[in-house]
Amino acid sequence: MCLGIPGRVVEITSEDPPAGIVDVSGVRRKVDLSCTVPAEGLAALMGKWVLVHVGFAMSVIDEDEAARTLAALEELGEAMEEIEAMHRSAAMLEEAE
Amino acid sequence: MNERGEGGGRGMRFADEFRDPARARALVAAIRAVLKEIGATAADPVHVMEICGGHTHAIFRYGIDRMLGDGIEFLHGPGCPVCVLPMSRVDDCLEIAEREEVIFASFGDAMRVPGTRGSLADAKARGADVRMVYSPLDALELARRNPDREVVFFGLGFETTMPSTALTVLQAARERLGNFSLFCNHILVPPPIRALLRDPDMRIDGFIGPGHVSMVTGIHIYDFIAEEFGRPVTVSGFEPIDLMQSVLMVLEDIRDATPRIRNQYARVVPEHGNKAALAAIDRVFTPRDAFDWRGLGEIDRSGVKIRPEFARWDAEEKFGVGYAAGKSSGREPEGCMCGEVVKGMMKPTECPMFGTICTPENPMGALMVSSEGACAAYHLYAGLRPEEVAS
Amino acid sequence: MKDMERLPRLRARHVTLAHGGGGRAMRDLVEEVFLEAFGRPGDGSLEDQARLELPPGRTAFTTDSFVVSPLFFPGGDIGALAVNGTVNDLAVGGARPLWLSAAFIIEEGTAIDLLRRVAASMAREARKAGVTIVTGDTKVVGRGQADGVFVTTAGIGVIPPGRNLAAENVRPGDVVLVNGRLGDHGATILNARGDLALETPIESDCRPLNRLMEAVLAAAPSCRAARDATRGGIAAALNEIAEAAGVRIEIDEAALPLRSEIRGFCEILGLDPLYLANEGVLVTFVAPEEAEAALAAMRALPEGQDAAVIGRVRQGRGVVLDTVLGGQRIVDMLVGDQLPRIC
Repeated sequence: MCLGIPGRVVEITSEDPPAGIVDVSGVRRKVDLSCTVPAEGLAALMGKWVLVHVGFAMSVIDEDEAARTLAALEELGEAMEEIEAMHRSAAMLEEAE
Repeated sequence: MNERGEGGGRGMRFADEFRDPARARALVAAIRAVLKEIGATAADPVHVMEICGGHTHAIFRYGIDRMLGDGIEFLHGPGCPVCVLPMSRVDDCLEIAEREEVIFASFGDAMRVPGTRGSLADAKARGADVRMVYSPLDALELARRNPDREVVFFGLGFETTMPSTALTVLQAARERLGNFSLFCNHILVPPPIRALLRDPDMRIDGFIGPGHVSMVTGIHIYDFIAEEFGRPVTVSGFEPIDLMQSVLMVLEDIRDATPRIRNQYARVVPEHGNKAALAAIDRVFTPRDAFDWRGLGEIDRSGVKIRPEFARWDAEEKFGVGYAAGKSSGREPEGCMCGEVVKGMMKPTECPMFGTICTPENPMGALMVSSEGACAAYHLYAGLRPEEVAS
Repeated sequence: MKDMERLPRLRARHVTLAHGGGGRAMRDLVEEVFLEAFGRPGDGSLEDQARLELPPGRTAFTTDSFVVSPLFFPGGDIGALAVNGTVNDLAVGGARPLWLSAAFIIEEGTAIDLLRRVAASMAREARKAGVTIVTGDTKVVGRGQADGVFVTTAGIGVIPPGRNLAAENVRPGDVVLVNGRLGDHGATILNARGDLALETPIESDCRPLNRLMEAVLAAAPSCRAARDATRGGIAAALNEIAEAAGVRIEIDEAALPLRSEIRGFCEILGLDPLYLANEGVLVTFVAPEEAEAALAAMRALPEGQDAAVIGRVRQGRGVVLDTVLGGQRIVDMLVGDQLPRIC
């Protein structure tokens, strides 16, 4: 069962068991937070993005990692564009000959 | 999606960025370049197995297999817990659900899998109180609200859903809720993969690893795949960009002959998994000696059962069904090739029943019922019918 | 004197089998719940049939039964569905809806106040749509034999001469339009019915579409065909047209209008909005040169403010979706109910 969806913690409703409300694009649902209690305490989860799966927050989304992944993709995109540009100019040169 | 600035009009964060067409194009180009370097062709493609049913679904939903060309072939692995559920366990569900005092709560996907006497949906049509829930906590709530009924939650799934089921049992125990129990069908990812890798007929060059299993377990449960079998694994997210990036990463390792475990889904998957989740699993569950897998047969220590201290919340004990009752498995219908397809040895379109006897309207096997099942994905998204497949 | 004749006689709070028996109890129920809401015929008579003068043109006639559960949900109820469903079935044929019949099968024990609410809702929607409910029927069945109440409506409308909307008219090059956001009704019902515990402001989009249809036809007289996308979502409507017309319909995923809450709802449950039911979505096929005008005409009305072009008709077969990613996949008819995925 893999369907996990990112949502934002908008309210802490209980300390024991740890629970709160998560917002996914305007849809709200009570979510169990037992697996994502931060060292600093439950309140630190407010506003954080978590991966929600069948009513449980299973992971706090690491925004730095997400940014890193996207940055790697940007680089790849640029590299591929350069390669494409090279191919295009090579093709043009061939035609000119 | 076109949203007119209404509540969240910026779109979905951590989703939209990973569905960006420009990034997809770059990845397609990079993948095709690596496939060329590997020397992969339509006649001799690279074989990559995506283990997880959610990945199978995403590949077809976004048409990724079509975008990457003939040099790569996706093998659809056994990571769809609904698909590998043996008929006998469905029969056990029905036995429990048909009891008058029982409210049987299940995830939606599991309700249409056929057993020998039909599915849970059929049982519901015949009068059984079967309810679809989104979370095991909803089943717990049903138990609180219906103290005169017995609520049974159909727990299935890999390591991903074990923590949520375990935490629910722990909560039931804390509240001393006597009318709630769990019918446990949880299974583990590594054992069937090991079984597949030992099969001499299997040719798998690399794996796309399940993202949400890994979120719980961490990525080192796949070390044996690289160390013992020399194949690379890249743990992947579920957005199409995630999948494509993971394909690129695993292809690079195949090209360079550097089998290792890589984590594309680092924003969600911690290297060593989730401590609280693993602790809950360990408290409530213990490995079973063996569990039956549809199509794969019995695999040692591939499933879990509830520990004796929580026997009061174990539906098998409570209702005397399943392995507790010492029953053996039922058989799939004659000609059902779910097993071969689940192992990746056969494509759905190669099954003689695909699209003829076995259709989404009238599924013979779980692979056609579950939306993660390869057959259902082929039928729904690829629109492949027997007459359209070149024979 | 008329007022004294109409002193309320209905004292019961719940429907009994007697209310369906054809005697006084039934007359009281009909008069004080249904006629009270729908109005009596102008001349005060109550015959077994309504007598109507049809305006010139072709007669359009349709019927539908409504069995929704729960009976009341955010944005509507069974009564509103019953009126608008039939009005819309007429409208998409280019007909001007005129008169409706309404037949009720009521479960013994149903609260009379509930029926009043349903009737009031039907009266309100009928007024909005500009139709009159002119005849009907009431039956009562034993406890457990109906889900509260089942409603069947039939409707008569007139297609003005010169109009001929039909699926077969659709041809390659045509543009596909919708008037509003998809999936609101299906998501609302799923949420209202299930033990899903999702809080959301989602409401059904139940509404009459005849005014919108007239606006489209005025702006785009070459409009080929229209559909009211209900059960099975727009996927069902598009597949119907593609098959009947023998064409291929290509839909642009990025262009589909969706509330962000519906997106969230679908993502959480693993549902596809293409397959969610609607009760206020009009799908129209127009000639390419008239698409802009049709769009503008829709956007000028509240029920069309989110109107959008969602695709094109081409040579070939079937319905395909150009994904946001740049790939393509087939959109087939759904089998049975869409089950929320968990994986």
